[in-house]
Amino acid sequence: MSEPSLILDGREIPFVPGQTILQAAEDAGAWIPRLCHKPGLEPCGSCRVCVVRANGRTVSSCTFPASLGMVVECDTPDLLAMRRLIVEMLFVEGNHFCMSCEKSGHCELQALGYRLGITAPQLEYQFPRREVDASHPDILIDHNRCILCARCVRTSRDLDGKEAFAFVGRGPHKRIAASAGSRLRDTSADVSDRAIDACPVGALLRKRVGFSVPVGRRPYDAVPIGGQEVGR
Amino acid sequence: MSKPRVATTSLCGCFGCHMSLLDIDERILQLAEIVEFDKSPINDHKDFTQRCTVGLIEGGCANAENVHVLRRFREMCDVLVSVGDCATTGGIPALRNLVPLEECLEEAYVKGPSVHNPSRRIPDDPEIPLLLDKVYPAHEVVKIDYHLPGCPPSADTLWEALNALLSGKPLALPYALLKYD
Repeated sequence: MSEPSLILDGREIPFVPGQTILQAAEDAGAWIPRLCHKPGLEPCGSCRVCVVRANGRTVSSCTFPASLGMVVECDTPDLLAMRRLIVEMLFVEGNHFCMSCEKSGHCELQALGYRLGITAPQLEYQFPRREVDASHPDILIDHNRCILCARCVRTSRDLDGKEAFAFVGRGPHKRIAASAGSRLRDTSADVSDRAIDACPVGALLRKRVGFSVPVGRRPYDAVPIGGQEVGR
Repeated sequence: MSKPRVATTSLCGCFGCHMSLLDIDERILQLAEIVEFDKSPINDHKDFTQRCTVGLIEGGCANAENVHVLRRFREMCDVLVSVGDCATTGGIPALRNLVPLEECLEEAYVKGPSVHNPSRRIPDDPEIPLLLDKVYPAHEVVKIDYHLPGCPPSADTLWEALNALLSGKPLALPYALLKYD
């Protein structure tokens, strides 16, 4: 029997049972934009950037399992508009000052903005008041830039075996915290933790190593995130 | 046919975006051939002489005068372009949006470590444009037709954009020219 397949934007692609739509698409050479998803971590579907329509339902492709004959739409004008709006919302609800951020050029949120061709958000900037926790000698958390993707939470728990990070609060008050509310220096978080590298934005940073790569040679200066642009 | 007219201004910006426009190097001669500058710091014309094809806005709105100038640009320009991160996001001046305005003024004029101000008075002369509660990106004040982010947008970005706008082509920047820093 031939391997199971689904239809992605009119193209038949195979999948391995148990794969998500996003994984099946990636194996078939189609990169679906994503932010909270990171290979090696349990998918959590929190950012919704990887939104697709599967058999008519809008779902996050990083969590939704591929199934036999499923019809998936990804590159359609309305889904593209939705994806752009999600990225724009992430920009306006935090304080993302790209021009002075150590992560600029390496930031996945910024890179998605570039890839999606966002020149300015349609929504009003919120300018929320957020804290910076620089209590630790070697690392810091800048809540202004945090997009609540939970990558550090999942990496610390599943790969570092520490649970150094967690969420506290709900709704607009939700924020990342070091071991349920204590200061970063009072936790087991360490400069060598893989959780630090897991941060897609400039929220979780190592001190004293910023701006080491010159402009023009940073990962997203010339090549879009996810490789060469296909559509937008 | 007369040349298309271009007006430019720097609201709450640092003039870096205007410097970037000068950074087009010898292409500035070509630019001078194809356009006529109207109100702009480049020729020091203080007000519009007539309606313009393109208006370039550097900087966001931090005070009442910025709003007045921006509205005047909207009134006088067919196409209005936000140039740079301050115009598109508020930029570095918008860092003050994270602090209440009163605290900001007190730090600058009363409590700051290097401030000498025995009267403890915060400048309030009616000649001084009134500060807004926060710094606003240009598109939160008037309709903006195109945005060129960057701190500053590169000379190539500005050149590409101006050429497209002046020749009536759609403005689609290649990947390498759309940057937020």
